[in-house]
Amino acid sequence: MNLDEALDTFVAEAEELLGNMEDALLGMKRGSAAEDAIHAIFRAAHTIKGSAGLFGLDFVVGFTHTAESVLDLVRAGELEMDAAMVELMLEVCDHLGSLISLVRQGDLPDADLQGSASLLTARLQNYLEKNNPPSLPEVEAAGVVSDCWHISLRFGQDVLRYGMDPFSFIRYLGKMGRIVGMHTLTDGIPRLSAMDPESCHLGFEIRFESAADKETIESVFDFVKEDCRIVILAPHSMIEKYRILIEELPEDDMLLGEILVKCGSLTQNELDAALRIQASAPIGEVLVGQGMVRAPVVEAALEKQKQGRDAKAGEVSLIRVDSSKLDRLIDLVGELIIVGSSASLFAQRSGVAELLEITSSMSRMVEEVRDTALSLRMVQIGATFNRFQRVVHDVSRELGKDIRLEIGGAETELDKVVVEKIADPLTHLVRNSMDHGIEPEAARIASGKPACGTLKLNAYHDSGSIVIEVSDDGGGLNREKILKKAIEKGIVAADANLADQEICQLIFEAGFSTADKVSNLSGRGVGMDVVRRNIQDLRGSIELDSVEGQGTTTRIRLPLTLSIIDGCQVAVGKSSYVIPLDMVIECIEFEGGQDEAGQSGYLNLRGEVLPYLRLREYFEVDEAAQKRQNVVVVQYAGRRAGLVVDSLLGELQTVIKPLGRMFGGVKGIGGFTILGSGEVALILDVQRLLQQAEEREQKNSGRNLTIMEESRS
Amino acid sequence: MEKMAIEGELSICRAEELKRELLPLYETGRELEIDLSGVTEMDGAGLQLMVAMKIEAIARDVRLSFTGHSAAVMEVLDLADLVGFFGDPVLITRQ
Repeated sequence: MNLDEALDTFVAEAEELLGNMEDALLGMKRGSAAEDAIHAIFRAAHTIKGSAGLFGLDFVVGFTHTAESVLDLVRAGELEMDAAMVELMLEVCDHLGSLISLVRQGDLPDADLQGSASLLTARLQNYLEKNNPPSLPEVEAAGVVSDCWHISLRFGQDVLRYGMDPFSFIRYLGKMGRIVGMHTLTDGIPRLSAMDPESCHLGFEIRFESAADKETIESVFDFVKEDCRIVILAPHSMIEKYRILIEELPEDDMLLGEILVKCGSLTQNELDAALRIQASAPIGEVLVGQGMVRAPVVEAALEKQKQGRDAKAGEVSLIRVDSSKLDRLIDLVGELIIVGSSASLFAQRSGVAELLEITSSMSRMVEEVRDTALSLRMVQIGATFNRFQRVVHDVSRELGKDIRLEIGGAETELDKVVVEKIADPLTHLVRNSMDHGIEPEAARIASGKPACGTLKLNAYHDSGSIVIEVSDDGGGLNREKILKKAIEKGIVAADANLADQEICQLIFEAGFSTADKVSNLSGRGVGMDVVRRNIQDLRGSIELDSVEGQGTTTRIRLPLTLSIIDGCQVAVGKSSYVIPLDMVIECIEFEGGQDEAGQSGYLNLRGEVLPYLRLREYFEVDEAAQKRQNVVVVQYAGRRAGLVVDSLLGELQTVIKPLGRMFGGVKGIGGFTILGSGEVALILDVQRLLQQAEEREQKNSGRNLTIMEESRS
Repeated sequence: MEKMAIEGELSICRAEELKRELLPLYETGRELEIDLSGVTEMDGAGLQLMVAMKIEAIARDVRLSFTGHSAAVMEVLDLADLVGFFGDPVLITRQ
């Protein structure tokens, strides 16, 4: 891995961590388990700082350090994470986000960013200073007089064999400060005849004067910390800690005590006090005492181990793959399906039983490969939904409304590409709902609703597509107002006669806004039409349900995958068409006569009125119709219609290939595919066909449908 | 009096070898004098060896003295603050 790749990984990881941090912060705001959240936040900051350090990104390290210190205090329970601090940390999170994006671009922070960094740092520093004064005197009160570090070293037996010289550590230590006093312990050394001269028997008690912090001092012994006993006591440590040191080390207590006095780390009085405590403390208490001191150390060690383990587990179960490789795989699977179906076709023609058997088991395998390959791209929508916690939090603050976000169906899976592309339109819808949908608090109370507004994000699967709902419990759409505005803007004719549903859809028209005042969030009339266009680009649709006074639900319907589907192959004349199988309800024989005029009409489906569309006429196929025709009944978004075709050719797996730009305007065709025979079949855009079947039927019944004209696509 | 000079490195690389060479000297039961003037390098293992020699000598009630401490030896002894432990006359150099 070269440095650039490593940096990319760092950026990706940092972004993920910041995401976690934000989630945890927002979670705390909502009052979820505080302790876990604090740990998560601290870990995120800590890891980012650590990794940034590896890359020498000093501006990240410096900034994160202060935040980490504050978080550390919170973690230790010395500071409380109140609402103000959550807000501050969110800002820290944002700032880190912009620093990380700078790293991605390989830039350094400009003056503006540096300015905001120092502002934030100052605010963080506030917390640190507020916290320091009360804790300092306490330490001094029970601490020893010595203002030096005390380092107690017992080297492991194998240190020398590993080629390390104990003295080199001590010399290195000498560079970081001044060794005020040092005692070399010779008691561990046996007589020459009994000695293994390659084992290390040395120990040292060192009184050390330095401005360095504990971590830095510890880092001196990084190479040997595994098999050495190293105790580092801070200046003015509690006598208690010395007592434990004396007790834990193998040497005779009195002797060791004297050594400490000789080094100058303890005064004689302090030593006496320490030994007195020791004499009087019952064994249980001593153990507790030991536990007390060891606890943070053990905890830190465990934490570190756990982190290592977590990271390892993560590495094992997750692999980061370049998404272009996945795309390539899916392309290949697509080709495989085409080749496979041409093999089955050939096998059928040849009539060789064994060949047929092999091709049929092969196509089953291909199907499995297809499903697995497609599922690689599937991700849960929950992560995307969770990002809206922040959007809702920020926007509700900006608007001065109290709004809660509820999430449903977070585990619903859909294609990664779709998830990425849906985020923007979804953001717009959410903002819109919050700005226009949910009323100000006073109005809500006046109409008997709870003061806190609710915004709901929901996702579920429905007949081969995924539905994403954004709903609010706000005021709903005012139909009269919309209609008035639409007429004003010339979107509909003044005498138009529109159904409620149609009026609601008007807000997706370009240049439409009914908001009385334009806020910086929404209301400028650009947006909803862009939202609709984005969704249509994903072969999806958007619709709106609104009950005045009770709220609005916007429903986005998207295809599950973008590239491979199961299809039902039909023929009209000599050409083949494919209808997505998920949308096919049933196939029946068409009873209407061939000479009946017109593209569309109604038929009676077990007593139900079903509009139908003749594909022959619709696609202007010249060949004469066959005697017997069939109807494929399709359903989409709760609407049904029949498509009249010549013959039904059966099921097949289809790789959707997009039509070229030239055919972009062709209506009713969603793409094309290559059949096993090598012929091309067109894939029907059922949604559009349904719409047109309905429109034509309504036109025939003489209703005015100016606005539903196809021209707006 | 048995005399011996340690030349070159007094370190982990030669610890085993030096132990083998030094141990027979005690068998004579005579006073030992080890000349350190030729020591060019010394590490923790070397220091241990010196201490072990001293302890061995005390155990056998043999007089052992180190002489002619080279700069390399003095540096370690000073650092370890063990000059007093051996009790040998050394030349104190001005730092």
